[in-house]
Amino acid sequence: MSDTGSQPEQLYAAREPVFPRKVRGRFRNLKWGIMIVTLGIYYLTPWIRWDRGPNLPDQAVLVDMANRRFFFFWIEIWPHEFYFVAGLLIMAGLGLFLFTSALGRVWCGYTCPQTVWTDLFILVERWIEGDRNARLRLHRQKKMDAKKLRLRVTKYVAWTLIAVATGGAWVFYFTDAPTLLRELFTGTAHPASYTSVAVLTFTTLVFGGFMREQVCIYMCPWPRIQAAMMDPDTLTIGYREWRGEPRGKHRKAASAGELGDCIDCMACVNVCPMGVDIRDGQQLGCITCGLCIDACDDIMDKVGKERGLIGYLALSDEVRERDGAKPRSAWTHVFRVRTMLYTFLWSAVGIGLVVALFVRPDISATVHPVRQPIFVTLSDGTIRNTYDFGLRNKHGEDRRFRVTLTTDDPSLRIAIEGTPYESFMVPADTTGKQRVYVLAPKGTEPAMADRTDVRFWIEDLSNGERVYKDSTFVGTGAN
Amino acid sequence: MSKQPVKKEKAEVGTTGHSWDGIEEFNNPLPRWWLWTFYATVIWGLIYTVMYPAWPLVNGATAGLLGHSTRAEVASEIARFEEANSGIQQRLVDAELTEIAADPELNSYAQNAGAAVFRTWCAQCHGAGAQGAQNLGYPALVDDAWLWGGTIEEIHTTIAYGIRYDDDSRFGDMLAFGRDDLLTDEEINQTVAYVLKISGQEYDEALAGPGETLFMDNCASCHMEDGTGEISLGAPNLTDAIWLYGGDAETLYETIWSGRAGVMPPRGGAPAAVVDEAMIRAVSVYVHSLGGGVDSME
Repeated sequence: MSDTGSQPEQLYAAREPVFPRKVRGRFRNLKWGIMIVTLGIYYLTPWIRWDRGPNLPDQAVLVDMANRRFFFFWIEIWPHEFYFVAGLLIMAGLGLFLFTSALGRVWCGYTCPQTVWTDLFILVERWIEGDRNARLRLHRQKKMDAKKLRLRVTKYVAWTLIAVATGGAWVFYFTDAPTLLRELFTGTAHPASYTSVAVLTFTTLVFGGFMREQVCIYMCPWPRIQAAMMDPDTLTIGYREWRGEPRGKHRKAASAGELGDCIDCMACVNVCPMGVDIRDGQQLGCITCGLCIDACDDIMDKVGKERGLIGYLALSDEVRERDGAKPRSAWTHVFRVRTMLYTFLWSAVGIGLVVALFVRPDISATVHPVRQPIFVTLSDGTIRNTYDFGLRNKHGEDRRFRVTLTTDDPSLRIAIEGTPYESFMVPADTTGKQRVYVLAPKGTEPAMADRTDVRFWIEDLSNGERVYKDSTFVGTGAN
Repeated sequence: MSKQPVKKEKAEVGTTGHSWDGIEEFNNPLPRWWLWTFYATVIWGLIYTVMYPAWPLVNGATAGLLGHSTRAEVASEIARFEEANSGIQQRLVDAELTEIAADPELNSYAQNAGAAVFRTWCAQCHGAGAQGAQNLGYPALVDDAWLWGGTIEEIHTTIAYGIRYDDDSRFGDMLAFGRDDLLTDEEINQTVAYVLKISGQEYDEALAGPGETLFMDNCASCHMEDGTGEISLGAPNLTDAIWLYGGDAETLYETIWSGRAGVMPPRGGAPAAVVDEAMIRAVSVYVHSLGGGVDSME
């Protein structure tokens, strides 16, 4: 290694602050709409009530960690049905693949919480400190005078309030919201609630207020992965360089042949929340939020040129456009084998989950033959097998279940531990365990056979619904 | 964009000034906050090792300023659970033995606690499934034959005091008829034949005839004249299908020749402080529910 003697450059760089300018347009309106909907869902969902009857929570969406239940409106998920959650996560993943392969980083640009909250923080910042130029001036002003102090304090207080509300809303998903709200304010909530609120307040404030684009560029793994889902047909935001270059200040007289459509007004850069220049081409920093499209369209309108110098385009169209041909329609880009495959997989998982949800039996039973010992010889020579029954009662009241036996051999009898009856009780909202016996009198076929198939019928006596479970009766094998 | 000619970036990336055979190293600076985060984690790590047990020394390790100990944590967790369980354990002790099974809450607790105690102190001999071990004389607890009784009270007494262990234990004596010269070889064979007869197995009529007389003289005092046994003496029923050591002629001969005296320590050998009255009751309820429990006479 040799040092060429040039002056040592810094290996670390401070963050370049970004002061996005206010912008109006189609994509800005879309983003406002998405922000209202997503934040609305996030903040309001825990407050929706849903009557499930006595003994069960009346919160529509509730992750009940203590009792290991997940409530989602009319759906109740027990731990053994966790595959529903896994399926939803798979659908979320496939959905991301689908949208990324069709429209690039739409998740990043419009719906990612980091983007939405950063957008909100920038909005509040602009309300308090003014637009880009005012904020830049304030930033460059070294002296902390009364005005700067007032503006800064107001901004941080407003941000902190948003952050507290964000962290506060999170914990409502895990316990009854009205009760917890009261407890939080009276200081009687569980320490875990306060810790969660504090941690999420801190991260919201730091990520939304101070780190912003740094999170996307240096912390988030998703931007690095999603290039794998993009191909030349993916619609993404690009600058029509062949139209814009050579860029230059627009002059009415000396223009025409020499200069392209880009008047180098920097509007696209100034509105960018990531601080990138889209004219440098696709880059890691670009989250494709579309604000540069709005900014550029506005300028193009003003200078009387065609819109779309910056716009959604596919790589495969670039070649056509350079040759002066028209780009193909967006639909021909979106409908291709890859996106159809993602759509198919996504729908398959979704349909599978919906079907599973509707066909899942109301009675959830397990029957485990006890194999230690395999069979028991009773004093009169009867051979007895034992089965451990597990019966889930998902209802809010005690339920009685009857167990009966069907088998080819009439000599087999059934008995239930601890009761002379054929039925037993499972308390509300629990899994009941019960030992069930099958007996074969001495000398009968099943008693001496190696194994005999048996079928248990389990009937919910409250509604007559029944399911069966197949198992095996093991004899001495003397035959 | 692949189709575009490679062009220089507007703000050209500098180099670190390092050069290897003309290959230069670009300098894409890392954000400085990343560096500070790294320093912060190092400092956090150092503080952590001072506050918590960490640095290895010759004899053990540094204890840490916070005095944290996972053992103490486990001990306090256990104490917390014992405190939480003390109420229901007291209820278990206060309840009538026969009424525990009918109380869902008590029964559920007793079943779970009893199963845990069984796995710890009983399963070594009686087996994890309470199936016993016939060739070793450890009785199965899942069938309906009981040497010392299968009601909840009788099971409780057996567990609390043990079998042939000390003066408080249950006691019964199966004599070594052969070894102690109480019966001759021929007489033992005749007795064996009679036992085979009353237990419904194949037997030699010529031997069983005199065997009956020998049985009435030597065995019936404990096993009763009809051979159905006597629970108060721990004398097993010889007419049923269940054998503690085995019901074939050879094993019966050995049993009569050398006698049998299986031992069970009280509480399965557990210290009284570990398996206290509440736990004895719990494991009694558990054993009673394994399939052989006999209803108490009300």
